[in-house]
Parts: sequence; structure tokens; C-alpha cells
Amino acid sequence: MSVLTFVEINEGKIKKASLEAAYYGSKTAEANGLASVAVVLGEAGAEELASLGQVGVSKVLHASDARFNHFDSKAYTKAVAEAVNAAAATYVVLSFNNNGKLLAPRLSVRLKAGYVPGAVELPANGLFKKNVFSGKASAQYQINTEKKIVAVNPNSLSPVKGAGTAIVEAFAPAVSDADFSTVVKGQDKITGTIPLTEADLVVSAGRGLKGPENWGMIEELAGLLGAATACSRAVADVDWRPHHEHVGQTGLTIRPNLYIAVGISGAIQHLAGVNSSKVIVVINTDPEAPFFKAADYGIVGDAFEVMPKFNAAVRKLKAAN
Amino acid sequence: MKILVPIAKVPDTTSKIAFAENNTKFVTDGVTFIMNPTDEWYALVRACELKEQQGGEVVVIHVGGADSEQIIRKALAIGADKAVRVDADPTDAYFVAAQIANHAKTENYDLIIAGKETIDYNSFQVGGMVAEFLDLPCVALVQKLDVANGVATLKREIEGGTETVEVKLPMVVCAQKELAEARIPNMKGIMGARTKPLAVVAATADDKLTTIASYALPDKAKQVKLVDKDNVEELVRLLHEEAKAF
Ligand SMILES: Cc1cc2nc3c(=O)[nH]c(=O)nc-3n(C[C@H](O)[C@H](O)[C@H](O)COP(=O)(O)OP(=O)(O)OC[C@H]3O[C@@H](n4cnc5c(N)ncnc54)[C@H](O)[C@@H]3O)c2cc1C
Repeated sequence: MSVLTFVEINEGKIKKASLEAAYYGSKTAEANGLASVAVVLGEAGAEELASLGQVGVSKVLHASDARFNHFDSKAYTKAVAEAVNAAAATYVVLSFNNNGKLLAPRLSVRLKAGYVPGAVELPANGLFKKNVFSGKASAQYQINTEKKIVAVNPNSLSPVKGAGTAIVEAFAPAVSDADFSTVVKGQDKITGTIPLTEADLVVSAGRGLKGPENWGMIEELAGLLGAATACSRAVADVDWRPHHEHVGQTGLTIRPNLYIAVGISGAIQHLAGVNSSKVIVVINTDPEAPFFKAADYGIVGDAFEVMPKFNAAVRKLKAAN
Repeated sequence: MKILVPIAKVPDTTSKIAFAENNTKFVTDGVTFIMNPTDEWYALVRACELKEQQGGEVVVIHVGGADSEQIIRKALAIGADKAVRVDADPTDAYFVAAQIANHAKTENYDLIIAGKETIDYNSFQVGGMVAEFLDLPCVALVQKLDVANGVATLKREIEGGTETVEVKLPMVVCAQKELAEARIPNMKGIMGARTKPLAVVAATADDKLTTIASYALPDKAKQVKLVDKDNVEELVRLLHEEAKAF
């Protein structure tokens, strides 16, 4: 019996979120005396796949089939369900990322297995913790079926890498052309930026910046730190910033190691998307801004004065190290 | 085109979250309930727009008690033609999806448009589950949806960008922001909603695959460490050395 982790490859590399999921899978396997197995769909390099051994995966089932190079929820569900049977898996682990969010509920129905979406830590006493009410509370979920599916929230745990190498085994699921229902017409990737949900460091700004022309200092800081940029809904709504940067209850939920909020009031709906960040820094002219109550560090001051100094200090620090 | 939109009822975004009975029950006293924003603003409005362009019918389905009537009437006021309420407590996503699939399997919908997730349990499950129950294609995190000649063209979010895909109907779509502009129901809509059909049906028995054992609130409010605005370098030092954030 085993724990099976669904691992995704992007541009030849294992997705960071998938690596976290594989680590979660291995830890769960270890705790339950099971084997840690991964399944990968689509073409990928053998060396990259074998490197899953570093996070404790002993075997990778690899369907090296070009039809899987694009995500198709129906075909993927069939293939992963078959891998679950092949590996006699009692746990299925995936990342709670864009594809995992759709694949997991489909698998739950197909396997009739209880599913916890967005687990934030390893299971304890048979319970799975996840955030609810948009981060305003957490809940411990119990799964009532023998087979269990867990989707791990990105950035919830840091994989510890060892020296192992996984065995890669060819896997040929019985998926017919008719199971592929989506035809990909094109992709539009924002190049040169870090996907917000995968970023360790995030620099974010709101209406306090007065206008889109003032984002230079935010982008500069993001560049210096290797951070992603985010924004409040208020500024995405008026098109000062692209919609994909909007975080909060109706935008993205993120949990980076560092979230720097410049000129954002900290409305409850905004906090809902960012309050599980490990360290929160707030820069705001208003000492009464609600964001200060959720912050670890703060400066009461004008962004237009503070940010140039902040950037200069970071530049100096980076130069010294 | 015949479109089904599942709608959920959630606590208003500003609600105070509290638990009782040894942290096993969410306290609903004093909580205002609303239609889940993603369902209302994006899924329902886009469904109504497609119907207005191409003809057809929009049906909303809700799993919940009689106290959900207000939300259902709002959906009808925004533009849905009729509603179905499955009279049951929506405690488990699998259970809810099974009810919706059970209704949809005999109705031949061209499209089922769900919101990507609810703002209470944030679980992102119902759309995908309904698709699997009905063995239909499904695309999630959809920001753009057009239909022509029985084929849907969709733009979905992927990590670091978007992807455009085509899918032959029927299918399930999980909507997110940008798919449509929120609508405020007008007087005519509100008046009309009163007489639109709302069928109440019993739940089909189905298993609940998960249970919430307990809830917890986050630890007490953090104590912020304030640094003087003339000492920005000190903040950067703290972030580097104390918080080890970079
Ligand atoms: C149902 C619903 C869902 C919502 N979902 C979201 C969501 O997902 N995400 C989200 O972000 N919002 C959401 N909102 C909106 C939210 O309530 C706030 O309106 C929004 O977050 C405010 O954005 P802001 O902080 O940029 O702007 P404001 O509230 O206008 O705050 C600007 C801040 O900048 C400060 N400031 C001004 N000048 C300066 C300066 N020179 N230097 C430094 N600071 C300065 C001000 O003191 C103020 O605190 C939602 C609202 C509703 C009703």
C-alpha cells in the first residue's frame, strides 16, 4: 500500500508546489508505514523525475505520453485514478494549485474518497487542518472514507531534501483520445515575473500610492528582493494594476514568508487573502490603519518618503552580502 | 442554451466569526448571509449575459433550508428564469455536488457554471465534483467564456499567466473574477423575481465523506513592532537579521 502524490512538471522542472506536495506525501507515508509513490503525466526528463527521491519518493509512475502535456481534467482524473489502483494507494496527495484544485474534487467522486482541500500542515491524530472563512479561522477535518485525498496549500511547508533517488517506472493508463476534452489554443505567460501563489516574498501596494505611475518604487523593491508584486482590489478595480495581482477574499490567497503592504488600509477582505503570511510589514501614513493590527513590523509614514529609503537600504544590504 | 448555476449561501464578508459548543459549531446569530460573491458576480451574471445574447434559460440551484429564499430571489432578480432548492443542510461538498448532479442529469444543460469557491469553506469542490458525477469536461478558474456553434472558448488562469482552451458543450465551468461585471438587480427584476418559479425538492440520500471535528480562531492579534520613519534602515536590518525574511 502507498501514498500517491500527483506531481506536475512545468517547462521541464518539477513545480515548486508539487515538490511540497511530494514531501507531504512522503511524510504521510512515513507516519503510516506506507511507500511514497508519485505519478507524473506528460513528457519529462528521467533525471528530473528521479530527483523526487530527494523528498522521499521511492517510485515514480511516469506516463510519458504527449497527450498529457496539457492539463485536461477529465483525462487526468482517469489516469490518476488508475495510478491510485496500480499503486494500491490509500492516500492521494496533490498541490492545492490551479490544476490540483480541479483534479482533486473529480478524483474524490471517481474514487469516492473523502477530500480535504488546502491542508496547511501534516495530519495529526487523523485530522487535517485547513483554513476556513477566508483565513479568519481554521478547521480540523476528518475524512470518513478509507481512501483519503489531500490537497496541500502552496507554501505551507518547506521540503527538507535528502540524497535519495526515485525509481522511474513507465505507466500507461488506459485513456483514449475521446477522454481528452479540452483543446489548448494558446498560452499567455507573464514572463520575467514570479507567480504570486508560488512567491516566497511579496511586495504589495494599494490606493495609498495615488496612481499607477507611482508603482516604479514597488517594482524596484520586488526586483531587488526577487519578490512578486500584488495589490488590493481597489486598485485592480480601477485598472491601476492587472487583475491577477489582486489578493484577498475575492482574489488570490497567498502565504509567503514576507508580505510588504504599502498604502493598503487592511480591510478585512484584503486581510483574508494575506493573513497567513509569515511576516507582515505595513507602511501607511495612518497610524489607525487596521493593517497595523495584523502586522509584525510597521512604519507610520508616507510611502513616497519611506520607499526610496527602504529600497536604498535593501540595495546596500544586498551589496554587502 | 440551457444553463444551470449552483449558488451557495455564505456569511457576509465582514461577519464576525465565532464558534460554540466546544468549538464545533459556527455561531450564526447576528450573521448576515449573502449569495457567495463569485457565484453571484461572475457565474450568474455571465450565464444571464449568454442567455440574453443567444436565447435559452438560466436555472439556479441551491442546496439549503427555507431561510435561503432571499438569496434565491436575488438570483432570480438578477436574471435567472427559475430556481430549484434542494431542501437539505449543505454540510459536505460531495453531498451538495451529488444533489446538483442528480438534478442536472435529466435536464440536458448545455452549461453548468459554478463559482470557483465559496468564501466560507474555501474548498473549491462543487464544480469539479458535479463534472465528474456527470462525466463532463470541466475547466476551472475561468476568466472569459464565449460560446459559438456548440463550442465554448475559455480563458483560464494558470500559474504565471492564462491559457485559452476550446471545449465542446456540454461542460462545467468554474468561474472567477473578470468573467463578468457584477449587476445590481433593478426594480423590474426584483418585482419579476417574486413570481418566477421556485421548486423545492427533497434531497437524495448520499454519503458525506468528510466531517469537521473542530474549529479554531487564530492566535491573538499580533503585536506590531513599529520603526520610526526616519530610521528605515533599521527596519530592513530587522527583517534581515531578526525575521530572517530575506
Ligand atoms: C464583498 C467584498 C469583497 C472584497 N474583496 C476584496 C479583496 O479580495 N481584496 C481586497 O484588497 N479588497 C477587497 N474588498 C475591498 C476592501 O473592502 C477595501 O475596499 C480595499 O481592500 C481597499 O483597498 P486599499 O487598501 O488599497 O485602499 P484604501 O482603503 O483607500 O486604503 C488606502 C490606504 O493607503 C494609506 N495611504 C494614503 N496615502 C498614503 C501614502 N502616501 N503613503 C502610505 N500610505 C498611504 C491610507 O492611510 C489608507 O490606509 C472587498 C470588498 C467587498 C465588499
